[in-house]
Amino acid sequence: MDNFLQQVINGISLGSIYALIALGYTMVYGIIKLINFAHCDVYMLGAYIGYFCMTSLKLGVFPSLVIAMLACTIIGVLIEKIAYKPLRNATRIAVLITAIGVSLFIEYGTMRFVTANVRAYPPMTGWLAERFKIGNMTITAQQILIVASTIVLVALLQFIVKKTKMGKAMRAVSLDKDAAELMGINVNSTISFTFALGSALAGAAGVLVGIYYNSIDPLMGVIPGLKAFVAAVFGGIGIIPGAMIGGYFIGTVEVFVSGYGNSLYKDAVVFAILIIILIVKPAGLLGKNTKEKV
Amino acid sequence: MKKKLSILLAVGLLISGLTACGANSKGQAANSNEIKIGINYELSGGVASYGQSSVDGIMMAIDEINAAGGIDGKKLVPVKYDNKSEPAEAITLANKLISQDGVVAILGPATSGSFKSEISVAEKKKVPVISGSATADDVTVDKAGKKEYAFRICYTDSFQGTAMANFAAQNLSAKKAVIVKDSSSDYAKGLADNFTKTFTAAGGTIVGEEAYVAKDKDFNAILTKIKGLDFDVIYLPGYYEEAGLIIKQARALGIDKPILGADGFDSPDLTNLAGASALTKVYFTNHYSSLDKDPAVVKFIDDFKKKYNKEPNAFHALGYDLAKFVADGLKRSKSLDSGALKDALAETKDFTGVTGSFSIDENHNPVKAIVVVGLENGVQATAEKSGNK
Amino acid sequence: MKNIFKHKTLQKFISILITYAAIQGLITVGIIDDYWQATLATICINIILAVSLNLITGFTGQFSLGHAGFMSIGAYVCAIITISNPTTVGFIGGIIAGAIAAALIGALVGLPTLRLRGDYLAIATLGMAEIIKIIFLNLEITNGAAGLQGIPQFVNWTWMFVFTVGTVVIIANFLKSSHGRACISIREDEIAAESMGVNTTKYKVISFTMGAFFAGIAGGIYASYFYFLKPDLFGFLKSVDVLVIVVLGGLGSISGSIIAAVLLAIISTFLQSFSEVRMIIYALLLIVLMLFRPQGLMGSKEISLSVFKKIGLKSKRGKEEV
Repeated sequence: MDNFLQQVINGISLGSIYALIALGYTMVYGIIKLINFAHCDVYMLGAYIGYFCMTSLKLGVFPSLVIAMLACTIIGVLIEKIAYKPLRNATRIAVLITAIGVSLFIEYGTMRFVTANVRAYPPMTGWLAERFKIGNMTITAQQILIVASTIVLVALLQFIVKKTKMGKAMRAVSLDKDAAELMGINVNSTISFTFALGSALAGAAGVLVGIYYNSIDPLMGVIPGLKAFVAAVFGGIGIIPGAMIGGYFIGTVEVFVSGYGNSLYKDAVVFAILIIILIVKPAGLLGKNTKEKV
Repeated sequence: MKKKLSILLAVGLLISGLTACGANSKGQAANSNEIKIGINYELSGGVASYGQSSVDGIMMAIDEINAAGGIDGKKLVPVKYDNKSEPAEAITLANKLISQDGVVAILGPATSGSFKSEISVAEKKKVPVISGSATADDVTVDKAGKKEYAFRICYTDSFQGTAMANFAAQNLSAKKAVIVKDSSSDYAKGLADNFTKTFTAAGGTIVGEEAYVAKDKDFNAILTKIKGLDFDVIYLPGYYEEAGLIIKQARALGIDKPILGADGFDSPDLTNLAGASALTKVYFTNHYSSLDKDPAVVKFIDDFKKKYNKEPNAFHALGYDLAKFVADGLKRSKSLDSGALKDALAETKDFTGVTGSFSIDENHNPVKAIVVVGLENGVQATAEKSGNK
Repeated sequence: MKNIFKHKTLQKFISILITYAAIQGLITVGIIDDYWQATLATICINIILAVSLNLITGFTGQFSLGHAGFMSIGAYVCAIITISNPTTVGFIGGIIAGAIAAALIGALVGLPTLRLRGDYLAIATLGMAEIIKIIFLNLEITNGAAGLQGIPQFVNWTWMFVFTVGTVVIIANFLKSSHGRACISIREDEIAAESMGVNTTKYKVISFTMGAFFAGIAGGIYASYFYFLKPDLFGFLKSVDVLVIVVLGGLGSISGSIIAAVLLAIISTFLQSFSEVRMIIYALLLIVLMLFRPQGLMGSKEISLSVFKKIGLKSKRGKEEV
């Protein structure tokens, strides 16, 4: 039983990270129907920015987190303005190739500056190094930090999307871009805003991963990025609570396959579930099946 | 008729145009004042960190050799290509280095798979290829026989796996072991297989085997599972990048049994990733121990820090030795061609490098002593020497 | 009408033969050395992969990100068969068996997933390729992460040429047939096609299976030429590489795919000398090309021999004038 609960804790911490990354994918996809491959690299950049804030500038955890989020916001908006905006009316596949190009550019550009070797985050001190024992289980303060940050950020996001004017514009643009424009919504700034939000979350995820696992490298975004995207599709792409549920689900499944099945096949099971979900319910768990009109 | 002729012309022109660029670069190999050395490493792609580290070490050694006057007054000129961590690209580049750049020998690639692919080219073209980190047993000798032109200066997997299994069974009196291996790495697979063989032969049992893939960061699930098992030691063949995280997470979960590893642990980043306090009762097989205080090792570490502003790891050291080893062969070689160099390399006796001194055996593997380094609080506390192979 | 067709076919046939003979001649003379031969092999494999993916993505409009998975099936099956039976018969059998195995898996995966549209299909095929990779990583017969080595090398320029030209000719002719037109109608408008009586599911599965079949052939050639296989060669990035060739050449243009495959090989050869920054330059090239020519080099147009003729005539006239 203790083992089981421990695995649940493991799954939720891992899932939180997927959820944070998945949110960025889901928002961007929802609004411009683009699998933004560069998103996972923004996450990587966030981790590095946090790293340099903590080591070179000797800043604390929270200032570093905020700086990384701000920097990633700027990077995300710049990527959108330079690489995606000129292709707004091109085929989706052309934009996708551009996204892959941007992703490779960031990965290898970063590698040029920081080398391919892993870097270790500075060791955490104070309350962040705490460890709590409940019976035979262990929860670290870092795990609590990750889960709590995810929940707070998702709540904040949900508030922005549902309650603010900008959020309303985002929903309108994702529903029908042309109609939104006719209604006087500035489509371009709405899309930029979406990229800004998603990138800020990715930056936060990067720093949190740095703190939690204390290992970062220029290609660290590739695999979590893929899994986070799976999470976004699983929950119903374009739906914010869906991405969160998807993230937690993928994280937990991965942990339980390793813990109770065969760790060799943990990723295979994740992808198999994805395919099954897609076949049974193509729009994802929370997605609504839309009838195609002629 | 005219039309057909024009098609012919067009096709012919296209092809000759394509190949002309290839033909031009030929024939400039024999510059008398320099010796070209090919460097075929993983500078991008999945294992870029191993390739880049090796090349850093190689470049440092080549600079030192050239600063000291080169080989008989001739400078070593590295010709460096990136094989993108792909064996097919390694083959293509080996062909390019040999037939177009006219190198006398090729260093690298870092991983066994790419190196094995390159060997087939080397055998055909009769140019020696030397790796600093291809550890799979069948690299220099396989079912088809010995590879005349392939050399390496690192341990074989069976040697390291066996040494650690013996250490676990004898020095730690372990009876039950758990293996956690990187299922995407041939290095880990080779070590795990050999450890299992020797450990079970010594009367031990493997009570669990778990796998992860390179670049994973979360190992809590498999570690929680292992925690529920009854075992004496964990064998963790793999590289410091994941090993550091596994050790950290294992200790955080309260697993305090000894953790054993191989030379992939040898990096200052192991301490950075795991944290010093987690690195207690951690043992790994290695080429040298920092307890040795060998002046050559101390000097290497100092020079390396000066040049690159970071601490060297095993790949840096092996890359450095690799270039020095080839330079040593060139010095002893009767003439500066590939065939003579191959003979000279095969006859290497008591070469002294920073990863220990060694001779080359009849299978083109180094005969090196092995040290089992024990860590306490992140510091090397014990160093058990194992005899020569 | 029939006469002209025959004439054209003959012309094509002759020019193909000349290309083959010219390169074979250059190889025999030694002007094309081993390095250029390896590059040629890469080009041929990429052409087969790109043309077969173009059939799925460019012509039928089904977005697949799992081409490397099919390639790996072909490669492993061919490798295992040629290792156990290292003769030319074994090699041919291996390539065909590999292609059929890939096609079977393609049909098996295609049947349920091709109901999905656009990016959802892309993700499903991506997942499938990852699953295949993980299975190869853990099977005993594929030797896991250590990979298969010592695969007997049978592929030479002749084989490569035969398979490449064969693939291009079969796919080009398929597209001209009524089946091929049915596939193209799905790309143009699936609903309209369906209402016109085209069995869209059937044709989607046919094109998917055919694409997988030829990807399997490319895998077999890869295994036989580079005599070493490892599961991580066939990851997500390999599928992306193929997709890049297809998009760069132009979705729905076979000659575009061929040109892009050759062009990318030349660019990659050129970049080899810039080992440290090659990936950065490659990425920048991708972005710039897409920004300035999002429809790819050829769009959906084809180059036919008549273009060569025009160029040939022009250059001749030019010479006469001088």
